[in-house]
Amino acid sequence: MIHSLFLINASGDIFLEKHWKSVVSRSVCDYFFEAQERATEPENVPPVIPTPHHYLISVLRHHIYFVAVIQSEVPPLFVIEFLHRVVDTFQDYFGVCTEAAIKDNVVVVYELLEEMLDNGFPLATESNILKELIKPPTILRTMVNTITGSTNVGEQLPTGQLSVVPWRRTGVKYTNNEAYFDVVEEIDAIIDKSGSTITAEIQGVIDACVKLTGMPDLTLSFMNPRLLDDVSFHPCVRFKRWEAERILSFIPPDGNFRLLSYHVSSQNLVAIPVYVKHNITFREGSSQGRFDLTLGPKQTMGKAVESVLVSSQLPRGVLNANLNPSQGTYTFDPVTKLLTWDVGKINPQKLPSLKGTMSLQAGASKPDENPTINIQFKIQQMAISGLKVNRLDMYGEKYKPFKGIKYMTKAGKFQAGLPDKWTLEYIKTELLHKEIRIN
Amino acid sequence: MSASSAFNDEKGGSSSVGEPEYGHDPASGGIFSSDYKRHDDLKEMLDSNKDSLKLEAMKRIVAMIARGKNASDLFPAVVKNVACKNIEVKKLVYVYLVRYAEEQQDLALLSISTFQRGLKDPNQLIRASALRVLSSIRVTIIVPIMMLAIKEAASDMSPYVRKTAAHAIPKLYSLDPEQKDQLIEVIEKLLADKTTLVAGSVVMAFEEVCPERIDLIHKNYRKLCNLLIDVEEWGQVVIINMLTRYARTQFLNPNINESLLEEGGSGDKTFYGSDEDEDEDEEEKEKKAEVAAMAKRKPYVMDPDHRLLLRNTKPLLQSRNAAVVMAVAQLYFHLAPKAEVGVIAKALVRLLRSHSEVQYVVLQNVATMSIKRRGMFEPYLKSFYIRSTDPTQIKVLKLEVLTNLANETNISTILREFQTYIKSMDKDFVAATIQAIGRCATNISEVRDTCLNGLVQLLSNRDELVVAESVVVIKKLLQMQPEKHSDIIKHMAKLTDNIQVPMARASILWLIGEYCEHVPKIAPDVLRKMAKSFTNEEDIVKLQIINLAAKLYLTNSKQTKLLTQYVLNLAKYDQNYDIRDRARFIRQLIVPTEKSGALSKYAKKLFLALKPAPVLESPFKDRDHFQLGSLSHLLNAKAGGYQELPDWPEAAPDPSVRNVEVPEWTKCSSREKRKEKKVEKPFYTDSEGESGPTESADSESDSATGSESSSGSEESGSGSESEESKEASESEEEEEEEEEEEKKKKKKDLKKPVQESESEQSSEEEERKHQRKSKPRKSESESESDEDEESESESSQSESEDSESEAEVKKKKKPAESKPPPKPVKKESKKEKKEMSLLDLDDFEPAPSPQVTPVNTFLSNSLVTDLEGLSLSDSVLSPATIAPSSTLKSYELLHRITGEGLSVEYCFSRQPFSPDANMVAVQMQFTNNASSDTKNLHIEDVKLQSGMRVKEFPEIELLPAGETATAVMGIDFCDSTQAANFQLCTHTRKFFVSIQPPVGELMRPVFLTENEFKKEQGQLMGMNEITEKLTLDVKCRNEHTIVQRVTTAANLSRVPCGSDKECSPPLPPPDHPVHRFAGRTVTSGSLVLVTVATKEEGAAQLTVNCEKMVIGTMLVKDILQALTQ
Repeated sequence: MIHSLFLINASGDIFLEKHWKSVVSRSVCDYFFEAQERATEPENVPPVIPTPHHYLISVLRHHIYFVAVIQSEVPPLFVIEFLHRVVDTFQDYFGVCTEAAIKDNVVVVYELLEEMLDNGFPLATESNILKELIKPPTILRTMVNTITGSTNVGEQLPTGQLSVVPWRRTGVKYTNNEAYFDVVEEIDAIIDKSGSTITAEIQGVIDACVKLTGMPDLTLSFMNPRLLDDVSFHPCVRFKRWEAERILSFIPPDGNFRLLSYHVSSQNLVAIPVYVKHNITFREGSSQGRFDLTLGPKQTMGKAVESVLVSSQLPRGVLNANLNPSQGTYTFDPVTKLLTWDVGKINPQKLPSLKGTMSLQAGASKPDENPTINIQFKIQQMAISGLKVNRLDMYGEKYKPFKGIKYMTKAGKFQAGLPDKWTLEYIKTELLHKEIRIN
Repeated sequence: MSASSAFNDEKGGSSSVGEPEYGHDPASGGIFSSDYKRHDDLKEMLDSNKDSLKLEAMKRIVAMIARGKNASDLFPAVVKNVACKNIEVKKLVYVYLVRYAEEQQDLALLSISTFQRGLKDPNQLIRASALRVLSSIRVTIIVPIMMLAIKEAASDMSPYVRKTAAHAIPKLYSLDPEQKDQLIEVIEKLLADKTTLVAGSVVMAFEEVCPERIDLIHKNYRKLCNLLIDVEEWGQVVIINMLTRYARTQFLNPNINESLLEEGGSGDKTFYGSDEDEDEDEEEKEKKAEVAAMAKRKPYVMDPDHRLLLRNTKPLLQSRNAAVVMAVAQLYFHLAPKAEVGVIAKALVRLLRSHSEVQYVVLQNVATMSIKRRGMFEPYLKSFYIRSTDPTQIKVLKLEVLTNLANETNISTILREFQTYIKSMDKDFVAATIQAIGRCATNISEVRDTCLNGLVQLLSNRDELVVAESVVVIKKLLQMQPEKHSDIIKHMAKLTDNIQVPMARASILWLIGEYCEHVPKIAPDVLRKMAKSFTNEEDIVKLQIINLAAKLYLTNSKQTKLLTQYVLNLAKYDQNYDIRDRARFIRQLIVPTEKSGALSKYAKKLFLALKPAPVLESPFKDRDHFQLGSLSHLLNAKAGGYQELPDWPEAAPDPSVRNVEVPEWTKCSSREKRKEKKVEKPFYTDSEGESGPTESADSESDSATGSESSSGSEESGSGSESEESKEASESEEEEEEEEEEEKKKKKKDLKKPVQESESEQSSEEEERKHQRKSKPRKSESESESDEDEESESESSQSESEDSESEAEVKKKKKPAESKPPPKPVKKESKKEKKEMSLLDLDDFEPAPSPQVTPVNTFLSNSLVTDLEGLSLSDSVLSPATIAPSSTLKSYELLHRITGEGLSVEYCFSRQPFSPDANMVAVQMQFTNNASSDTKNLHIEDVKLQSGMRVKEFPEIELLPAGETATAVMGIDFCDSTQAANFQLCTHTRKFFVSIQPPVGELMRPVFLTENEFKKEQGQLMGMNEITEKLTLDVKCRNEHTIVQRVTTAANLSRVPCGSDKECSPPLPPPDHPVHRFAGRTVTSGSLVLVTVATKEEGAAQLTVNCEKMVIGTMLVKDILQALTQ
């Protein structure tokens, strides 16, 4: 399966290599560099690159390319998914997954990679098991290790891999038993100029941080489980129970994990929590354009819309923008033509607005591109879909855990766009066609 | 080098000893001296006695390896430490060894004895790691040692070691392919392993070593299917991919009949489906000729094993691992009947939220799927809309999918979407969009003009690339109907002044040349201009200029003769030999001279032949001959080691090869059982009336509406059944059917006790379990319905039941006169149609369905106690005759894996618990799947909420391996849905388990008349009443189903309507009947009244009156769910 792994940084240096079978020369990466050169953007490097003797499958995370070398047929997603799992593990161990962090912990990285794959086939990928095998570095442990010469490899032989609950190690102990669940929803939307929604969908996840002693068996039930249209689970969730009763029943892994990700059915109308009014005009012949943008909250159930950030790619003809925000700050990069406006919190009484003029290149004709406007925001204490956790029960252990549930809504890919001439034209012809068909 | 220096700078406190050495390691100069010095230093450290120094040295060596530095000269110093006590040093030495052993074979042999010792270690993890490293050392001399180690490890006690052995197999194989035969033996052995830990790894080994030995899978097929859900995710991917290939060789094409049907009734072929079906049809036409005759005689029946695979993989669509989801998706795409493939769309669309690499792969596969099965993705059209933040390669793929999905109905929205894309800054993407518009235009003739107009407008775009791409596409479109569009051609001719992109210029010139007759005035003028600029043009443009000149010369030689000569002369001295050749060739062809041959006569025909319009095809067309999700599919080229997906066999190979001799209840669908089911299947259509004992029981107590309701239910029943035969995927219907099936079986069993016992023996255990459960239920329900006449007969054995049931049948046949059920015919047809078994039958959920025969009258306690005692004693005396409780929903108490072979299921038997009427009876079924006996099964350490009580079941002293036992325990839940927690103990182990009752099980039915009901309801108004409006599920609009679903959800009895007007003539049932149900909570005896009032169009109102508001609320929720799903 996976022969070798190369880590390549943004400047094109191979800073780590690991081979699981016989050694593959690092010159194989030249094919990758070639492809990288061809691709204009870093994310446009094809994930799968065939070379005469090997195939390179890569993922790009945190500006590092993880390039796996494959020699024969294997499902590409298998490799991609595994590479992402490697990145997640690094992140879990070192807090960040940067080149510096990997180099600082190169021995731990090597030990991890050794455990995760055997002969190119995944062996232990659950972070709980790995942590039993190889302890994550902490400042304290690093210090102690350097002084005493002790190791970061687990003293005891791990049992997790052999247990019936492969994702949880045995003998977990905490003085404070806590279980936190974050329901985080992202709303993706495309909104046209008139404010009507072209598409809108909600994707949610429930991230858990469970620190409970022993082998707790949790059940989590929802007030309105029918909202969840499409779900995918952590392997710990008992699928049959969900099918039958719409209850999440599981023995949780220790620590942080993603319990569930879901999609809210598209049949449900998605409430759009903010609206945008914008008016961007360029007059023919004039070197001035007007810019006017107002934001406002709607359907937020009284919750404040926070951390609002508006960004827009202005047309190339725009030289500079002289704008006046009613709150927050804005920046305009004359090179990339990117306008960003950090709004902060929306005050429903006094709606934030950004008005002013744009200067255009002299002599340039009127830019015809209407910029799309991307909006980011956060709403605390609310899940926009209305999903509510009903209760969380614990079985199998005697103590009373502290339980907490937090809701949050975020903007995912939230765009406000504009329709244009051709659309109208098209709609006309479409109507005509319909008439013809009727006749 | 920048990397390494950065590395040194950033390397903080983690390992500071000797670090300055690194700092002095410059890229240029002085390498050698410092290298030697450093390595000497490391050697010293490795030779020291201190573990900390050794560790430090090893860490630095590993860091060198990681950076790709050569550390091979340290081999002797490192290998000495292979037996080091310190675990981390040891691990790092292993890392080093595996990396360099191949280069230093002789020295590597020094370490082997350490591993051989490790293989004998009592600790399984040490054994495993020794085998892991030993097998990773790529030294040919140790092949025999490795072989021996693998063989030994394959029969190790620990599944973890066996897993490592499976991993070692491909390692050895790649080192020495000669060992194949021996390795296959080991694989065969490990394939038979029953643990989930091993399954994934051994299938991986199978795929690498002997993927062609499909025969090794037969015996393990069912086991693999059943284990699948518990295998770790990576193993799942490998197993699913392998099983896809297996299924292709062993089962018949499930869509073969469908395509035949389509052929027959092609009149109703969907209009947009035509193009996709055509190629499919073509493929199949040849086959059909042969198959058709055969297939018509023998309708397609899905092999139950095929069904098993589809059923067991479906839940994995919910996996968080994209690779697993993709694997299931490709399995469904390649193996499932057309009607069922749709389920994968949603899961695939979900993956589009993942990382862009995942999106890339998924979209490639969706693109291929969407050509064959467009309908599947149409509902998710919007999910493929492109966002400006997508990387270009994702955009282009989404565009491809959108284009594939376009049809008359959605083209308007898609085109509108496309126009916004044209505004994008990303030029490659814009070009792709224009191509996509072109493809939509060719595929959907209705929008061709619209698209063309749109594209022509784009010609005035300021961006040259956009214009050029439009020209190319317009050229292709115009080729389809040039006559109509001479003005567009003229417009494009004008563009030659401005457009500089060679491809676009060439396209315009070709168009003008090809259709010069439509633009007779402009064409020569264009040629004139081109002749002027000829020398400055790109090669492809020059070639087109020559072409244009030649065509004009042939059609309009008067005006263009000189120009042509001029162009040809210019071309004659061009730098490019292609152009020179073309010029000579054309001159000979078109200018008639004495030397020119016969060809020049045909010049016009040669140049101005009618050319077929180009077909704008998806690059993903026909890619599905590669297994989807594979690397080969992604690259559209065969990758090394790719296993072809075989075509379906024309006749199914012998399915009995998958039979396993040792009966095991996990393999729930054995041949025998299937045959039994097949036998019953034809029975089913006409025995509908019998299968509704609930209704008939009702009719006895309620003669006013009885006959109507039963016949009504019969109609609805048959209706749903016919639907079923079309769509096997509706699980509810399946359940319903299953239930009916069970009932029929019971009937049959009763009628033929002898046969039954025979089949019993041959059938598998689960089968028995089913029957065991249903028997007492059966007898009970019978006793209820026939309570008045023969309450005695229950206590006797099956003979009397037999006669009784027949009497019952006769009784029921009378009221329902509409149906003619000729009994003997049934039996015949049953035998004849043995092969006709419907595939839906096998679609049993492993857990029995939640359908329950409603108990209509509340039995007196004593009678029930008698009955129960009877059924219990039955279970002890002759387990083979105890009823299956497939009508009751059973829950898992202890999974067979968690319970180390012991699995326990429980169900709420709904019988009063005799020792204490305030308790809910819980019937538990223990199955011992382990290979050893289980003793002393009992309950300990009961943990309950205050007020709750438990009456334990009597200890089961011995449960032999493979056997099943049943026991009943009582729990007083105190009218709450709190779980009862306790430990289930065997002689060796204790398991924490808990039983949580659904609210509907906390009550028992009571009999009320309608008036009584209304009176009681009147007293439970206000806070105690909860009302919900609902829309009934389409399948749930008839009385029978409503009653059934409500009584399934809660243990209530139906209140007969109009029962107090017994003397009045039977009324026709009202248009919108009101159904009432009554019960009392088990502990406190509070009344629970449920009313379902149906209205028009499936609207209904559900009212629950209960003193206990919590129970009421929960009950409303449950019933609501039961009625709307």
